[in-house]
Amino acid sequence: MKKLSLVFVLVALMTSAFAQQVVRVGLAEDPDILDPDLGRTYVGRIVFASLCDKLFDITPDLTIIPQLATGYETSEDGLELTINLRQGVKFHDGSDFNAEAAKYNIERSKNLPGSNRASELAQVDSVEVVDDSTIKLKLSQPFSPLIALLADRAGMMVSPTAAEALGEDFGTAPVCAGPFKFVERIAQDRIELTAFSDYWDAESIKLGGVVFLPIPDSSVRLANLQSGDLDLIERAAATDLATINSDPNLVMPSSASLGYQGITINLANPGPRDNPLSNDVRVREAFDLSIDRQVLNDVVFDGQYIIGNQAVPPSSPWYVADYPLVERNIEKAKALLAEAGHERVAFELMVANNPQGIQVGEIIQAMAGEAGFDISVRATEFATALNLQEEGNYDAFQVGWSGRIDPDGNIHAFQTCEGNLNETKWCDEVVDQALNDARAATSVEARYELYKEAAMRYLPNRHIIYLYHSQLFFPHRKNLEGLKAYPDGIIRFQGVSFN
Amino acid sequence: MFNFILQRMLTAIPTLIIVTVMVFAIQRLLPGDPALILAGEDKDPQVIAYIRDKYRLNDPIPVQYFAWLGQVLQGNLGTSLRTHQPVTELIWQKLPVTIELAILSMFVAIIIAIPAGVLSAVRKNSFIDHSSTLFALSGLSIPNFWLGIMLIMLISVRWQLLPASGFVPFNEAPIENLKRMLMPAFVLGTGLAAVLMRQMRSSMLEVLKQDYVRTAKAKGLIPLRVNVRHALRNALIPVITILGLQLGALLSGAVLTEQVFTIPGFGKLVVDAVFNRDYAVVQGVVLFTATAYIFINLLVDIAYALANPRISLRGDMT
Repeated sequence: MKKLSLVFVLVALMTSAFAQQVVRVGLAEDPDILDPDLGRTYVGRIVFASLCDKLFDITPDLTIIPQLATGYETSEDGLELTINLRQGVKFHDGSDFNAEAAKYNIERSKNLPGSNRASELAQVDSVEVVDDSTIKLKLSQPFSPLIALLADRAGMMVSPTAAEALGEDFGTAPVCAGPFKFVERIAQDRIELTAFSDYWDAESIKLGGVVFLPIPDSSVRLANLQSGDLDLIERAAATDLATINSDPNLVMPSSASLGYQGITINLANPGPRDNPLSNDVRVREAFDLSIDRQVLNDVVFDGQYIIGNQAVPPSSPWYVADYPLVERNIEKAKALLAEAGHERVAFELMVANNPQGIQVGEIIQAMAGEAGFDISVRATEFATALNLQEEGNYDAFQVGWSGRIDPDGNIHAFQTCEGNLNETKWCDEVVDQALNDARAATSVEARYELYKEAAMRYLPNRHIIYLYHSQLFFPHRKNLEGLKAYPDGIIRFQGVSFN
Repeated sequence: MFNFILQRMLTAIPTLIIVTVMVFAIQRLLPGDPALILAGEDKDPQVIAYIRDKYRLNDPIPVQYFAWLGQVLQGNLGTSLRTHQPVTELIWQKLPVTIELAILSMFVAIIIAIPAGVLSAVRKNSFIDHSSTLFALSGLSIPNFWLGIMLIMLISVRWQLLPASGFVPFNEAPIENLKRMLMPAFVLGTGLAAVLMRQMRSSMLEVLKQDYVRTAKAKGLIPLRVNVRHALRNALIPVITILGLQLGALLSGAVLTEQVFTIPGFGKLVVDAVFNRDYAVVQGVVLFTATAYIFINLLVDIAYALANPRISLRGDMT
C-alpha cells in the first residue's frame, strides 16, 4: 500500500512538473513596447499572441476564425459591422471582457496618442454597444480588410482598468485576455509570461509559461536550440537548414511568409530625377529581365525561399496569373537598353548592412552587369537607410514588407498616389480608383478583379520589382509537440505541449 | 588623501559636461530619425509627427540638450523611446550583470596573467616564456566572438557541459549563474590576460635588473622571496594602471561577448539603443559609464599608493 501511494505521489509530481513546464523561445530581436496599440515590431506580435487574444484569428491556411468574437455580420451597404462577443472571458486582472471593454479597445486604438493602429481603423467612425455581448462598428465607407485587421493588433483586447491606470506606460506591464499573463521583462534579456488559470480556452493550454529570449545572432540562436537551452526559435537562417535537418533532436515546421522582398526604385521622390532608371520604363524592364530570381534563391537562401514577381506569393489566391514570372533574358534586356538609347546605365542600389542583404545586392550587381548595368551596392545601416528613403536620397533600395493577411495591406499603401509607403512617388489615378474600390467591394471575386486591374497597370511599370517571398522556419526540440507554422509568422501555443 | 579625492571629484565635473555634449552632438550627427524608426514599417505620418513633438525632436539641439541636462540634474535620465522603460531602471537592471562579468573576467585575466608574466620574466627564454608568449599572441589575435561561438559549439552543443548562453541572476540561482558566466568570463579574460601578461613580463624584467633586487639576492634571500616581495610588488604599478583601464572599458560593456552569449549588459544595451536611435538610453548609459570610469581611475590612483608607499596622494597629483 505504501509503495502504491509512493508511486501515486511520484506520478502526481511528474504530471504537475510537466504541466508546469515553461517553453523557452529564441527571438531574433528584442521586442519594442508591449502595447498592442503602440507596438510596431514583428517580434512584438509574437509575444502578443501569447499575451493578448484578438477578436479574430487565422488558421494556418489563412481562414479567418473568431477568437474573442463568436461571429460577425456586415450590413448590406457595408457601413455597419456587428460583432458578437464571447461571454465569460476574463482579463488577467480579473475584470470582465464585455461589449463595453471591446468598445473601449477600439476607441483606444483610434485615439491613443501615437497609436499605430489609428490609420488601420480610420474607416471606423464610431462604436456602439448593442448589448453586453454585442458591438456595432459604424464605418465611414465599406472596408473589406477590417476583419483581417481585427485578426491582428487592432483586434487585441487590453484590460480597460489597467489601460486607464497605466496610461501610455501600459506596455511596461500589459494586462490582456490571452492564454499567458505578463510576469516580468528585462530589456534585451527576457520576457516572462505565466499560464493564466482563468483563460477562456484553458483546455488548449498545456504549458506552464513562456519565456521569450532575444538572441539576434542566428548561429547563436541555433546553438542554444541544439544544446537544449531553448525549445523553439524563430527565423532560422536558410543557410542553417542542413544543420537543423541533420539534428535528430530537432523538427522544423515552416510556412511561406505573407510578405515580400523587392527593389523599390525612386521615380520622383522628392522631385523628378535624371537617372534613366527613374525615367524610362524600358530601362527598368531591362533591369528586371537581367535578374535570375532562381539563382538568387539558390545562392543566398539555399533554394528554400519562393521566387515571385508580385506583392503576394504565386500560391496566394490573390496572385494575378495573367502576369506570370518571366525568365531571365539578357539579349532582350540589352535590346531594350539599346532601344532606350543607352549602352550602359549606372545607379546605386542601397541594401541592408548585413551579410544576407549585401550578398543579395552583389548577386544582383553581377547579374545586371551582364546586361549593361553598372550598379554600386551601398550597404547602409537600417535607420540611415530609412532616412535616405524618406528624403528621396536613393536610386534603388532592396527592401521588403512583412506582409498582411488581407492583400490590401501589401498593396494599397505602396501603390496609391498618397499612400504612406509610396516611396517611389509613382501615381496613377486608375490604380488608385481600383485599389480604393477593392477596399469597398465585399465579394472575393469582385475584389480579385479590381486587384488584377490595378496590378496589370502597376506591375509592368516596375517601380517596385518584386523578387522573392521568404519561407518562415520554426525549428524546435522534438519533445515539443503540436506546434504549427502560420503564414503570418506568429507563434501560437494553443495545443502545444511537451511530451 | 581627502584633498586629493576632492580635487579629482571637482576636475571630473568639466569632463562629464564635455562627455554629455559630445554624446549629444554625435548622436544627432548620425543620419537616421528616431521618429521614423519608432513609427515602424507602417510609417503613419500622424504617428511620426506625434513622436517628434513628444520627444521634442523638432527643437533646436541646444534646447534639447539643456532640457535633458535639467532632467539629469534632478536625477532623471529620461525614458527609453522604444520600450518606455525609465533609463535609470535599465541601468540598474544591467549594472549587476556588467559588474559581475567585469569582475569575473578580470579574475580570469589576473590568475592567468600575473603568474605567467612573472614566470616568463624569471625564466626568460625558457619553454615557459615561449609558451606564454604564444598564449599572449593567440589571446590578442583570436577575436572574442569567434572564440565564443567555438566554445558554445564544443562545450555546449557537442559535450553539453555548460549552458550555451543567457543569464540568470546570482541571487536567484548562484550555481546556474556561474555556469552561464564561465564561458563569457573566460573569453573576455583570456583576451585581457594577453595584454596584462606582456605588461607583467616586461615590467618584471625591468625590475629584476634593478640594484635592490641584486642586493636582495646577494643577501642570500630565497628566490621566491626576492621575486615576490621585492620584484613583483614594484613591477605591479604599471600592471595596475592597465588593470584600471581595462576594468573601465569592461564596465562600458563587452559588446561582442555580450552579443554572443546573450548577456544583458551595458554593451548590448548601448548597441541596440544606437541602432534604434534611442537617444535617452545612449545618453544615460554613456553618462553613467563615464562617471564610473572616472571613479575607477581614482581607485587606481589610490591602489598605486597601497602597492608602493613611496607614491603619495597629494592634492597636486595629476
